Amino acid sequence: MTPGQQPISQPQRIDRYVGQYAERAVGMVASEIRALFAVAARPEIVSLAGGSPYVAALPLDAVGDMIGQLIADQGATALQYCTAQGDAGLRERICDVMALEQIRAHPDEVVVTVGSQQALDLMARIFIDPGDVVLVEAPSYVGALGAFASYQADMVHVAMDEDGLIPEALEEAIRRVAATGRQAKFLYTVPNFHNPAGVTLAVGRRHRILDICHRAGLLVVEDNPYGLLGFDGDPMRALRADDTDGVVYLGTFSKTFAAGVRVGWAVAPAAIREKLILAAESAVLCHSSFAQLTVREYLNTQPWQEQVKDFRELYRERRDATLGALARMMPPECGWTRPAGGFYVWLRLPGGINAKAMLPRAISSRVAYVPGTGFYADGSGSQYARLCYSLPAPDRISEGVRRLAAVIETEVQLRDDFGPAPVPSKGHISKS
Amino acid sequence: MSELERIVILAGGLSPEREVSLRSGDRVRDALDEAGIHAIVADADAALLSLLRADPPSAVFPAIHGVCGEDGAIREVLGLLGVPYVGSVASACQMAFDKPTAKALTAAAGLVTPPSVTLPRETFHDLGAAAVIDLIVAKLGLPLYVKPSRGGSALGAGAVRTAADLPAAVLSCFAYGDTALIERFISGTEVAVGVIDLGQGPQALPAVEIVPGEGEYDYAARYTAGKTEFYVPARLPATVADETARIAIAAHTVLGLRDLSRTDLIVDADGTAWFLEVNVSPGMTETSTLPLALETSGHPFGRTCVRLLEQAAARGA
Repeated sequence: MTPGQQPISQPQRIDRYVGQYAERAVGMVASEIRALFAVAARPEIVSLAGGSPYVAALPLDAVGDMIGQLIADQGATALQYCTAQGDAGLRERICDVMALEQIRAHPDEVVVTVGSQQALDLMARIFIDPGDVVLVEAPSYVGALGAFASYQADMVHVAMDEDGLIPEALEEAIRRVAATGRQAKFLYTVPNFHNPAGVTLAVGRRHRILDICHRAGLLVVEDNPYGLLGFDGDPMRALRADDTDGVVYLGTFSKTFAAGVRVGWAVAPAAIREKLILAAESAVLCHSSFAQLTVREYLNTQPWQEQVKDFRELYRERRDATLGALARMMPPECGWTRPAGGFYVWLRLPGGINAKAMLPRAISSRVAYVPGTGFYADGSGSQYARLCYSLPAPDRISEGVRRLAAVIETEVQLRDDFGPAPVPSKGHISKS
Repeated sequence: MSELERIVILAGGLSPEREVSLRSGDRVRDALDEAGIHAIVADADAALLSLLRADPPSAVFPAIHGVCGEDGAIREVLGLLGVPYVGSVASACQMAFDKPTAKALTAAAGLVTPPSVTLPRETFHDLGAAAVIDLIVAKLGLPLYVKPSRGGSALGAGAVRTAADLPAAVLSCFAYGDTALIERFISGTEVAVGVIDLGQGPQALPAVEIVPGEGEYDYAARYTAGKTEFYVPARLPATVADETARIAIAAHTVLGLRDLSRTDLIVDADGTAWFLEVNVSPGMTETSTLPLALETSGHPFGRTCVRLLEQAAARGA
C-alpha cells in the first residue's frame, strides 16, 4: 500500500453476473415511471392507469362453490399435467365463445395459452429473429411491444384515426419496409376497442386491411381481448372470420371472466399452430390444468353470457362518467377518443405538454394515468395519455378527471413559462 | 438495553420514493429477522395510528423516504403518540430535508458546498423564466446541477451542460416539487459517507465511492443491481477520506441529527470535498450505500439495526 493511501478496494457491483446478461436484457432497468405506479396502488390515488377488469362484479360465492366442486369431482385431473395444446373440453367451449364473433373453428385449431400475453410471446418466439420487422399500430398495446422487443424486433408503427388502422398508411408502411429490402413478419392489430386508443376498426376498412395484407403476403395477428365488451349492438365480426389462412386470432378470458386465471388462446393456420404448441411445450411444458378446468366449468355451469352483459353495463356507465367529466373539466386544447366498448380513452394533451414528464405532478395531485410513450416503440406519443375507466367507481372517475384537469392547467402554465417540453409529440390519433 | 418485544418498520408512503422505501423496509425486516427480531412492516396510511395505539411498539424503524418520511412529519406524529423511534427528531429532519436550508447551515459551520440559488416556480412565472435563467447562468456559470429542493433518489434531478438545456431541466425538476435548487456542477468523485451513532457519539463509516456505469447516478443507476460500481472504501488519499468523514460528522452534528444519516459529497480534482446534501432516512435497499458501508466496516446490517432499535427503546419517546 502506498503511504498516505487508503487500502485498495475492489469494485462492488452488487450483481456479480452483470457482464453476462444477454443483449436483450440490457434495457431491463429500474424506472422512475414504474416507481410512480407503486404510489398509484395506494387508495388515496384515483388510478386511471392500470387496465384491470372489475372482477369484484363476479358472483364470487358461486365461483368459489364451483371451484370447490371442481376439486371434489375432478381434482385428480385438475391438479395433474395436461397437454401443451390445452384441455379438449375447454377448447370446445372456446369455439363457442368465438362463434359470437362469427369465427368458425374446430377445437383442434385452438391452442390454450397463459393469457393472450403468452400467445404474443409464442408468436414472437416462432417468427422473430433479431432485427425482423413487425408492423404495429400507432399507438399499440404495451404488452405486445414488450413481447416483440424481448425478441429484438424492429417495430414499425402504422397510423390510426378514429376508425382504426388507416389502410393507406398500412400500404405505405409495407412499401417503406420493402424499400429497405425487408418484409414484415406480421401485422399486429387490436381491431376492437383498442388498447390504448379506444378506437375500433371500421367495418368498411376490415376487408380492405385483409386484402392489403393478403396481397403483401403479410400475416395478421388479431388480438381481441375486448371484443365482447362493446356497448352498442352485437359483437363485431372478427377478421379471422373472413380469412382463416391469413389471420392468427388471440383471445382471452381475462376481461370476460377473470384476469387472475390467466387463460387465453390462439387460433392459427395449421402449420403455425403446430409450432405454437411446440413452443408452448418448451416454454411451460403445459398450462395450468386447474386454471383451464376452472374456466371450462365456469363456461359450462355459470350464466357467463349474462355476466358479460353485466360487465358491459358497468363499463358503459364508467365510460359515460369519463367522457362526461372530460367534457366538463378538460382545458380546451385537449382532445380524446370516444370508445364504443372496452376500457380506454386516449387523451391528447395541449401542445408541448409531455405526459411522462407530467406524471410525478399528477401523482402528487393523487391521480394516475399511463403516459403515451409506453405505447410506442420509437419514443413518440409524449403528448398522449391512456385513461382506463374499468376499475374506479363513476364518482371517483369524476374526481380523478378533476384532479388531472388541474394538473394539466399547471403544466400549460409551465409550458408558457419555459417553452414546450423537450420531447416532440408524434402521436398519430387524429383530433377528436 | 430494553427488550424489543414489538417492532414496527415504517415503509411506503405516498412520495415517488414509495417503491424504494418498500424495498428498504423489506430489507430491514429481513435483516432483523436474521438477527432474531421479528418485525412488521406498516405503511403510513389511515390504519397506522390504530395499529400503533392498539399495541404500542417497543420502537419504530422509519424507512420512509421523501415527503412524510424525511420531512419530519411522521416523526412528529410518532412523538405525539409517545412511540420511540430510530433516527432524528422532526425539527432536525425538517432542516436536513430542505436542501437549501441544510446547505446554508452547513456552510455557516464552515463546510464547502457548491454555490447555488433556490427559486420557486412562481418566481420564474412572475419575472419571466428566460430572464431569470439568464441571470442564473451569468451568476453561477456552467455546467449546473438542478434538483428539487426537497426529495431524493435523483428524481427530477439532472446536470445541465448548456444554457439552452436549463429550461428543460428546471421543468423536469418542477415535476417533483415547486422549488428548484440550482447549483454549480462540481465534477469529480461522487462519494456517500454514512454516519452512525451507537452510543459513543457519531462515527463516520468508510466513504463509498459511486461510479455509475454510464451517464449520471440517476434513478436507474441507483436501483438497478449492476448498473453502478461501488468502491468501499473510496479510492481517495487518506487525508481526503478523513476530510469526507469530518464533513459527514459535522453535517450530522450541525443539523442536530441522531442515530444515523448519510451525507453525499463530491471530491473534485484538487481534493476538495464539497457537501451536497444529507439524508436522515437513507436507502436500505440491496443497492444502497449505507448498508454496504456498514457491512464493509464490521457492522453487520441486521445487528446494527437491532442496536439502533434497542437504543431508541431505551431512550423512549
